[in-house]
Amino acid sequence: MNARLIALLFGLLANHASAAGWDIAELMKALAANRGGRVPFVETRHLAMLDQPLSITGELVYRAPSTLERHTRTPVTESMVLDGDTLTLSREGKTHTLRLHDYPEVAALIGSIRATLAGDRKTLERSYALSLSGSTTQWTLTLLPSDPAVTKVVLRIGISGNGGEVRRVDILQADGDRTEMRIGPAVR
Amino acid sequence: MSVHSRLSAFLSWLAIVGVLLLIVSRASFTADMSVFLPRSPTPEQQLLVDQLREGMVSRLTLIGLTGGDGAERSAISRRMAADLRADDRFSAINNGEAVHLEADRRWLFDNRYALSPAVNGERFTVAGLHTALQDTVRLLASPLGLVAKPLLARDPTGELMNLLGALDSAEQPRREGDVWVSQDGATTLLLAMSRASGADIDAQEDAMNAIRAAFAKAVASHGAGSAVELAMTGPGVFSVQSRATIKDEVTRIAVIGSSLIIILLLIIYRSLPVLLLGLLPVVTGTLAGIAAVSLGFGVVHGLTLGFGTTLIGEAVDYAIYLFVQQGQPKERRSQFWPTIRIGLLTSSCGFIALLASGFPGLAQLGLYSLAGLVAAALMTRYLLPAMLPTDFRLRDVSALGHRLARLVAAATRLRWMVITLALSSLALIANQRQGVWNGELLALSPVPASAQALDKRLRSELGAPDVRYLIVIDGRDTEAALQAAEALAPALNRLQDAHLIAGWDSPARYLPSQAIQRARLASLPPREALAARLQAASTGLPLRTKRLQAFVDDVDAARQRPLLDRASMAGTSLALAVDAMLLDSAHGARALLPLRAPTTGRQAGLIDADAVRAELATVALPATSPPPRFLDLKHESDALYRGYLGEAIQLSLGGVLAILVLLLVFLRRPMRVVRVALPLAASILVVVAALILAGKQLILLHLIGLLLIVAVGSNYALFFDNGNGDGAAPSPATLASLLFANLTTVAGFGLLAFSEVPVLQAIGITVGPGAILALLFSAMLSARRPLPPGG
Repeated sequence: MNARLIALLFGLLANHASAAGWDIAELMKALAANRGGRVPFVETRHLAMLDQPLSITGELVYRAPSTLERHTRTPVTESMVLDGDTLTLSREGKTHTLRLHDYPEVAALIGSIRATLAGDRKTLERSYALSLSGSTTQWTLTLLPSDPAVTKVVLRIGISGNGGEVRRVDILQADGDRTEMRIGPAVR
Repeated sequence: MSVHSRLSAFLSWLAIVGVLLLIVSRASFTADMSVFLPRSPTPEQQLLVDQLREGMVSRLTLIGLTGGDGAERSAISRRMAADLRADDRFSAINNGEAVHLEADRRWLFDNRYALSPAVNGERFTVAGLHTALQDTVRLLASPLGLVAKPLLARDPTGELMNLLGALDSAEQPRREGDVWVSQDGATTLLLAMSRASGADIDAQEDAMNAIRAAFAKAVASHGAGSAVELAMTGPGVFSVQSRATIKDEVTRIAVIGSSLIIILLLIIYRSLPVLLLGLLPVVTGTLAGIAAVSLGFGVVHGLTLGFGTTLIGEAVDYAIYLFVQQGQPKERRSQFWPTIRIGLLTSSCGFIALLASGFPGLAQLGLYSLAGLVAAALMTRYLLPAMLPTDFRLRDVSALGHRLARLVAAATRLRWMVITLALSSLALIANQRQGVWNGELLALSPVPASAQALDKRLRSELGAPDVRYLIVIDGRDTEAALQAAEALAPALNRLQDAHLIAGWDSPARYLPSQAIQRARLASLPPREALAARLQAASTGLPLRTKRLQAFVDDVDAARQRPLLDRASMAGTSLALAVDAMLLDSAHGARALLPLRAPTTGRQAGLIDADAVRAELATVALPATSPPPRFLDLKHESDALYRGYLGEAIQLSLGGVLAILVLLLVFLRRPMRVVRVALPLAASILVVVAALILAGKQLILLHLIGLLLIVAVGSNYALFFDNGNGDGAAPSPATLASLLFANLTTVAGFGLLAFSEVPVLQAIGITVGPGAILALLFSAMLSARRPLPPGG
């Protein structure tokens, strides 16, 4: 059985589940079944500090359940690797390592995306109230922060996708700044 | 002997003991590392011992929690830490929780313009600001950009990033939740730093008790029936444990040893008054030993006392010889004292050699033994006979003596065995001579091996501040020391770039000298100038400069702020770092810059001392400040100990030579010297070979044990040589007294072999068997003579 066939099978299963009732539990199951891969992304940041939106492109790599990498191509080459509790940033030949635990705001932003990819409902619900809309093939999961430390930074995170694949992440910040990230299909 | 002369003998003894007691009662006792400080230390050795006694490392206690489940241990760790953080006896408690992080970050951020090495005139020109703003835009695009936005608006030149990047971040232990755990997750780890120095053992004991109490409280609040156990280690813990162990062991050995010897003597003497009389030289000798050490060194080490209890076994011999001889005909007695005298002089040669050692611990043992033995012998010779009742007669031991005489006669036929054993031992020692001696200072530690293993494990799990490499800078005041530390920074950076060191730290990182702070703040432009330059610098960039108002305000505020000093760091963990690295010294201030060894590559774990010294030599410091010194603590301590060991071996060899010369002078004939020296040499060889076969590496204290074999055994050999070497057998009574003396010696020393304190055990395991062998070999090698008639 090849990977494509497995994906197809999962699609069928997911559709079947939808008939029975598409809910957060089903979504988490579908997300957890996706063991990861390499996908391109385009991000647009609308920041009050800047006169014009900032466009960022690069690649995301996810390996279930705890490794998330973000390799930025433009405007600068840099990378971020989140492995377990350790966040490693590399830019301009320098490497910084920090512990997610020490930076709750960072954990809220990056950790929530990883938890979504992993289908880790427990971690998500620790800091967010979850609500799901749409269908199996076009769902949107909305994360509303419940943790006061997170509310200071994030107003709302919207994650959309198709089955076990995440297609888009929208972050609305407390100061009105917005970020949209579009995620392409897996690179083969 | 008249009642009058007996009375006067007792009175003079009481007077002597009174004086000795007075001195002993005023003596101060210690169990710390001071005993390892050489009498005339080099500056490096002084630094080494200062660090061991007072340094940051000496204040650390490493704590491990085991048993129970992980969640339970984490909860206990958090409660303990919270409790101990509120305790004045500790300056820091770290269990992985980020309690200081917020305060540290805030302090660094608020004072970034005084602290950042990147702050200079260039940085605030239009060009410099343009580059900074460009970086800011890029940072906004980075994964952390969304979080760092508010920070970037206030710090567009990225000084906080510069500061955090420069802070030396050594590896931290693994975490489970927010607390530290070992790699395998089975031990929860904490670090405690006491306010008191490691040399203050009472304070360290107090701190240990505080930790225990906090643990008990945390366990109790968690619910009964907890399986979690507490383990502690660290230099302070070691000192406390050593003191307790030494005290316990000294008491235990003294009590058991004395009881054994008293029982033995009761069996031999069968008279309480005789027993008491026989113990007088022991008491006198012990007191004289302690008094001599107290007078000679000002302080008596606990180990000296522990060792001293063994002297009981030897000092009691003199009384046994005297009592047994008392029953002998007069002409026999005339040969008795000269033999004892040569024996005493022989023993003294060995101990006088130790006295010359630069190692105070060893010199103390030498002085103690010398004074103790001489006092016991003098007491036996000049006061004890006068104290004996006129009709003193020991019970008849001639029956035993005659049986022994026959045994000796039979034993002489086995003399080939002594030679064979000695020669094969010699061959074995020669073959293994590379690894005979243990060259590490740790080998001398009074800490049991199990505690050392625990220490090693917790230390490596905590990645603990095992400060080995230091650069030491002295200055006439704090400012001078900090300026010198700053002057070294470029050289240290070069070493780091060349991968000769992995990193370095300096107090000037957290608390720059006033001069540097002043220069940095002076390079900040006034508000209007900065605003205008910022406007010009943002040309062509998407950044809205009106959003950078907070930056302009912060720079303006920094210009008005007073310079930083130690007091302004209160409440941060950075203050601790400065306290550990910046000390008041006798001549002003001293800065300690720890270096970290590379973790990978050919030189992993090691720093090339020559390369560092060469690089330091290139730094130009003001003529008034002394040159910085590079210190490798492990190298220094091992070199120190190897120096002691080498010196002790040489001194012992010198002592042996002196003994041979002495014997030649007194015995006049080389053959007699050989006859006396041979059993002793054979005993030493066989004992050393046996230790090697048992897989032991010899330490200094084994060497002392060998000297003691000579001290004890020389009496045996001399008695078998029989005064004038006329071939006459030692009288049966003498033989009996030799056996008694040997039994008490073995009882005294043999007990040490079971001691938990490695150094005491080393002496016991050497002298116990050695004394028996010396007696056996002396008998076997004695002149052949016809069997005495049965009696």
